[in-house]
Amino acid sequence: MSAPLDVSIGAPGIAVPAVAAPSRLRRRLRRYGPAWVGGGIVIAWVLVALLAPWISPYHPDAVDVSIRLRPPSLAHWMGTDTLGRDVFSRLLHGARLSLAAGFTVVILGAAIGTTIGIVAAWTRGFGDEALMRLTDLVLCFPPIILALAIAAALGIGPLNTILAMLVVWWPKFARLARALALVQRSQEYVEAATVLGLRPRRILARHILPNTLGPLAVLVTLDLGNAILTFAGLSFLGLGVIPPMPEWGSMVAEGRELVEQWWVAAFPGLAILTVVVGFNFCGDGLRDWLDPRSRSR
Amino acid sequence: MDGSLTTPPTTTLDPPVLEVEDLRTVFLTDAGVVRAVDGVSFRVGAGETLGIVGESGSGKSVTALSLLRLLDEQARIVGGTIRFKGQDVLAMRPAELRAWRGDQAAMVFQDPMTGLNPVLRILRQVTEHIVSHGRMPPAEARQRGVGLLRRMGVAAPERAAASYPHQFSGGMRQRVMLAIGVANDPALLIADEPTTALDVTIQAQILDLLRGLNEEFGTAIVLVSHDLGVIASVCRRVVVMYAGEAVEEAATAEVLADPRHPYAWALVNAVPRLDAPIGARLTSIEGMPPDPLHLPQGCRFEPRCPFKIARCATEHPPMLEVAPGRRARCWVTADGRSLPRPAVPATPAAPAARDAAPPLLEARDLVKHFVLPRRSLFAPAEKVHAVNGVDIALGRGESLGVVGESGCGKSTLARLLTRLHEPTAGSVLFEGRDITHASPAALRPLRPRLQMVFQDPYASLNPRMTVGEILVEPILAHGRAASRQAARERVGELLTTVGLKPGFASRYPHEFSGGQRQRVSIARALALDPAAVVADEPVSALDVNVQAQVLNLMQDLQQRLGLSYLFIAHDLAVVRAFCDRVAVMYLGRIVEEGPAAEIFAAPLHPYTVALTSAIPEPGRQRVVLGGEPPSTLRLPEGCAFRARCPVARAACAEPPPLREVAPGRRAACHFPGDFAPHPTPVRSASLADHQRR
Repeated sequence: MSAPLDVSIGAPGIAVPAVAAPSRLRRRLRRYGPAWVGGGIVIAWVLVALLAPWISPYHPDAVDVSIRLRPPSLAHWMGTDTLGRDVFSRLLHGARLSLAAGFTVVILGAAIGTTIGIVAAWTRGFGDEALMRLTDLVLCFPPIILALAIAAALGIGPLNTILAMLVVWWPKFARLARALALVQRSQEYVEAATVLGLRPRRILARHILPNTLGPLAVLVTLDLGNAILTFAGLSFLGLGVIPPMPEWGSMVAEGRELVEQWWVAAFPGLAILTVVVGFNFCGDGLRDWLDPRSRSR
Repeated sequence: MDGSLTTPPTTTLDPPVLEVEDLRTVFLTDAGVVRAVDGVSFRVGAGETLGIVGESGSGKSVTALSLLRLLDEQARIVGGTIRFKGQDVLAMRPAELRAWRGDQAAMVFQDPMTGLNPVLRILRQVTEHIVSHGRMPPAEARQRGVGLLRRMGVAAPERAAASYPHQFSGGMRQRVMLAIGVANDPALLIADEPTTALDVTIQAQILDLLRGLNEEFGTAIVLVSHDLGVIASVCRRVVVMYAGEAVEEAATAEVLADPRHPYAWALVNAVPRLDAPIGARLTSIEGMPPDPLHLPQGCRFEPRCPFKIARCATEHPPMLEVAPGRRARCWVTADGRSLPRPAVPATPAAPAARDAAPPLLEARDLVKHFVLPRRSLFAPAEKVHAVNGVDIALGRGESLGVVGESGCGKSTLARLLTRLHEPTAGSVLFEGRDITHASPAALRPLRPRLQMVFQDPYASLNPRMTVGEILVEPILAHGRAASRQAARERVGELLTTVGLKPGFASRYPHEFSGGQRQRVSIARALALDPAAVVADEPVSALDVNVQAQVLNLMQDLQQRLGLSYLFIAHDLAVVRAFCDRVAVMYLGRIVEEGPAAEIFAAPLHPYTVALTSAIPEPGRQRVVLGGEPPSTLRLPEGCAFRARCPVARAACAEPPPLREVAPGRRAACHFPGDFAPHPTPVRSASLADHQRR
C-alpha cells in the first residue's frame, strides 16, 4: 500500500504522514504478552515460596487422622490427604523445595557446564576432545534414568537428588557454551585481545564469556521448568525427599492410587504445570527479546 | 557509451522510460519518522544510463527500491510521482505491479550470495520470469535462458544451467542475476551496488557487461553505487545524494571535473587516485551526516561544508540550474561559479633513505596450510593452501602495502606475521628474533611492539566494554601505568591522538559510527607504543570520505610516532596513496614487489598490469582479465597465474621464482614487462577524453 497517504503536519515543504506506525502497544503485547504472563506466574510462585510459613493456614505436617481425605472446603481449600494434612498448606511449602532444587541444579549446572565448554573451546586439541567426549558419554543416557540410578546409589534425600541431577545437567550447557565460545573466538576483538598480549584467563572472562551470556540465559530460563519437573519426577519415584517433607512430586505420588479423592494429586500436579509453563513463557520471551532479527520487526 | 545510443532521436517524442518527480519515502520507526528519501527528481530516457551515488545512509538504495515499490512494510512513499513510460507507478494495483516488475523493469541486487534461490537450478531461475510473464513457452524459454547465460559470460552455459547456485562463485552468480534481470528485455534495469561484493578484476568484468547490455539492447540503466569510479565507467549522468536529497545532478564527467556541490566536491576529492602524486594527503571533510530525525533547518550539508556562507545555515537551498543541463542544491554555486580545487598537497618529504639496517619484521618462505575436516571417514583430508612461500621484509619507519584479491592469502599473512596463526613452514622474525613457533607466554612481552588494526570496525571492538575499558585494559595488563588514574589519563591522550574527544571513553562501541570505531581500534593499537602495526584492510568497510580521514590520520601518526605499517588492502589506489613499497599477492605467493611509484607506473607482472587497469577510474585504459582465480584446494602446476595470463607460453609450466628484475624490484614471471599496458593517461587528458564523448 503505497498510495500517497494523508500528509499534514511538518515544516513547510516537508511532508510527514499523519498516520502513526501500527499501534506499538499492540505489537509489543502480541510479541511479549506470554512472557509477561509467564513472568507473573514465576514471581507469584517465588513470593509463595518465600512467604509460605506466614500465608499457609495450617502447619504442613500437622496430622489429624479424623479429617483424612476431606474434599475441598472453606476450611481446607484443597482438601486433606490420607493423614488429614491440609493439601493447600503442603502445596505452599512444597514450592520452597521445588523452586530451590530447580534453581540450584540449573545455576550450578550452567556454571559448571559453561566453564567446561569455554575452556574446551579455548584449548581445542586434546583437551577439547576429552571434555566433549565426556559430555557425549553423559548425553548418551536418558537423563532421568541416569539421575535415577545415581540418586538411588547415593541414597534418598533432596541433597543427593540435586547432586545426581547435576551430574546429568551440565553437558547441555557445556555443548552450548562451547559452540558460542567458538564463534566468539574467531571474532576480531578476541584476536585483538590476543595481539595485545592479554592472558587467556582474562580473554575468557572479559571478552568471550560476557558475549555468550545471552543465549545461555535463555537456556537457563527455559531449563528451570524442566529441572523442577525432573526433580518432581524423581520425588514421585520416591527419591527426592524423606516422607513427611512436603514436595509436589511426592504429593502427586501419594494421591496416585486415590481415584475418588482427585484433589490429593491434582493440585500439586497443577502447581508443577503452572510453574513449568511460567518458566517456558519467560524463556521464549527472553529469546525473542535477545534475538535482534525478531526484535526489529 | 556512445552518443548515438544514449540519445536516440526519438527521445523528444516518447515519454522518458523513467520520470521521478519529488519522490519522498519515509520510514516509520519507534523513534519517529525518518525521511530517507526527501524530494528526489530525475529522468532517464530510453537507452540512457544514470548513476546514483552517495555514502551509506544517503537514501540511494531506498530510492532504488522505491522505484519498483519494493519497500518493506515500515517504509512508505508519501509524496511525489514515479512515471514509467508515462504510466503512474504509484497508482498501479498489485496485479499490475507484478506484471510490470520483472517484465519491463528489473532489478539486480548487491549480494549475489543471497539473491538466488539455493534449491532451484540456475536455468529454472532464469526462465521462471520469461514463462510466468507469458513471453515464451517453457521449452523456448530454456533455449533463451542458455543463450542469456552465454551472453553474460557464464562458462559452459549448458552445464551451468543444470547447476545449483552454491556451485558458483560470487562473480558467476552476479552474471546469473544479470541474466535474470534482462531475461524479458526490460526497458529499465536498476542495479543496486551490483559489484560491491566482488573483487576488482571481477568487478571490471561485470561493469563491462552492464555497458554492453546498454549498448546492445538499449536497456536504460539506473546504477546505484557508493563508488564514483564505478558510476563513471557505466553512466553518462549522475545524481549525487546526501541526507535523503539529491544535491547535484549532471553529466558524470562534469561532476568529476568540476563538482558544483561541496559534498560532490568532497566525494570526488576523497578518493585516492592512481594519478595523484605519491604520498599526497587526501581531501576529507570532518563531521558526519545529519541525524535523519533532526535535520538542520538550512542546507543539510552546512555543518560540514568548507565553503559555507551565512545564508546556508538559515535557508534550505532548492535544486537550482547552475549551468546548462546541470543542477545543484547549493547557495554558493548558485550563480554558476565553480568550487576551488583542493589545495595541492605539499609533496611529502622523501622517505628517509633506508640503510642496510636489519628489517623490523620479516617473513622467510612462509607457508600456511589449513587442513579441512574430512568429508567422510575415508575421504582424503583436503588442505587450503592459503600462503605458499612468502618472503617479505618490513623496514623501520616504512609502510609496505600488500594487495591482492579475496582469497589470495593476504589476511592469513597478516595473522601469521602477528602470530595469531602458527606457520606451517618457514619463519617469522620480529626485531631479529625468531618468533615462528614462540609460545604465547614467550610472545607476550613482544606483543606491545607489534600491533594490529582489523578490518571490520563492528567486530573488532568488544560490544560489552566501554571505549575507556577497551583502552585501559592493555595499559594495565602490561603495567604501563602506575595507577588506574594514570591509565585513565593515558586513555584521554590516546583518544585525542586519534581525533576523538576524551569524554568518549565512557561510551559503548555501538554509539559510534564506523569511522569513529576504526579510530578507537587504532587508539587501542597505539596504547602500548608499538614499533610496527599490521593493518588488515583498515579502511575497506568505510565510506570514501571517512576512508580519507582514517588514512590521513594513519599517515600523521606514522610521521609523529615513527611507526612502520604493513598495510593489507584490496584497493590499489589506497595502497598507492599510502605506501612506500607494495607487494602484490596471487594465490598465496608474492608475484611482484617494489617501490609503489614504480609498480604503478610500470608494472612488470601481467597480474599487476590487469589489477591496476581494472580499477574503475575514468579515462583509464583497461585490460579486462578473463576467468577467476583457481581454487586454493589444489594449487596449479607451474605459474599460478598461467590460466588467466594473456601472455602465457610453454615456459610458464615451470614455476617462476621471485627474482630481482630491476634494482629494488622483484617479480615472479618468466617474461617480466612483456605484457605492457598503454601508458596511463594523465588526468587532464582523461577529462578531455570524457568531454569528447
